[in-house]
Amino acid sequence: MGSLLTLQFLFPLLLAILLLVTGYISGRYLERKHYEHIIAEETRPGQVMVFPLRLPPPSLSPPETALVMGSVVISVDYFKRFIATLRMLVGGRLNSYESLLDRARREALLRMRAEAEAMGAKEVFNVKYETAVISGRSAQSQVGSVEVLAYGTALIGKD
Amino acid sequence: MLLSNLEIVPGRRVKDHLGLVQGSTVRAKHVGRDIAASFKNVFGGELRGYTELLNDSRQEAIKRMAEQAEAIGANAVLNIRFSTSSLTQGAAELFVYGSAVILED
Repeated sequence: MGSLLTLQFLFPLLLAILLLVTGYISGRYLERKHYEHIIAEETRPGQVMVFPLRLPPPSLSPPETALVMGSVVISVDYFKRFIATLRMLVGGRLNSYESLLDRARREALLRMRAEAEAMGAKEVFNVKYETAVISGRSAQSQVGSVEVLAYGTALIGKD
Repeated sequence: MLLSNLEIVPGRRVKDHLGLVQGSTVRAKHVGRDIAASFKNVFGGELRGYTELLNDSRQEAIKRMAEQAEAIGANAVLNIRFSTSSLTQGAAELFVYGSAVILED
């Protein structure tokens, strides 16, 4: 009787706690590393400039144009998803998802900039974001991962 | 084929508008990647497999749009927009559209 009780109740409980702890530790570590990477890249001098303007200003020597894009799919960890589920009971700010989307947007923009830089561009105009929720195959997984695409038109100077 | 999400091409005039062109693709993730992704759902972080998959699919959609534009005799597609919708669980549609134009040389 005792062993049956262990199997039925204790095992799922232990598994959940284990998942929460690993999610918490690895999620924190990965997020910190990612933010360090993002900030280092964003503050690097000589970056491609990004404008959400519809039209570039007219110039004497018209540049070449090319479509550039960057995208990333990021997932939250188990711990944050758990916290978000609790938060949804009372409502309010979902801190854990805010940082997920912030990281995804900034990373996507950085990748677009890198592509533009590789083409020798100095500016990217008409930058747009596109966000999509990528749901897993299993029904029990909720929001979890999100894809952000950043795209725009790179102007490549001819001189 | 010139692709741009601006409404104009700096320094070149649009000779003729040929209307809307579009390309789309629906992709499902394969099971192996889904299993890897479900581990990542515990740990958090980037799902590289999905990023690659969606990028490839998006290139495919762009290719289809460019082919359609070429078929009607355009030499550029302007004002390109992307759109992603998740159809069912495990599949996503990537859609790209723009206006096909003929540019003056």
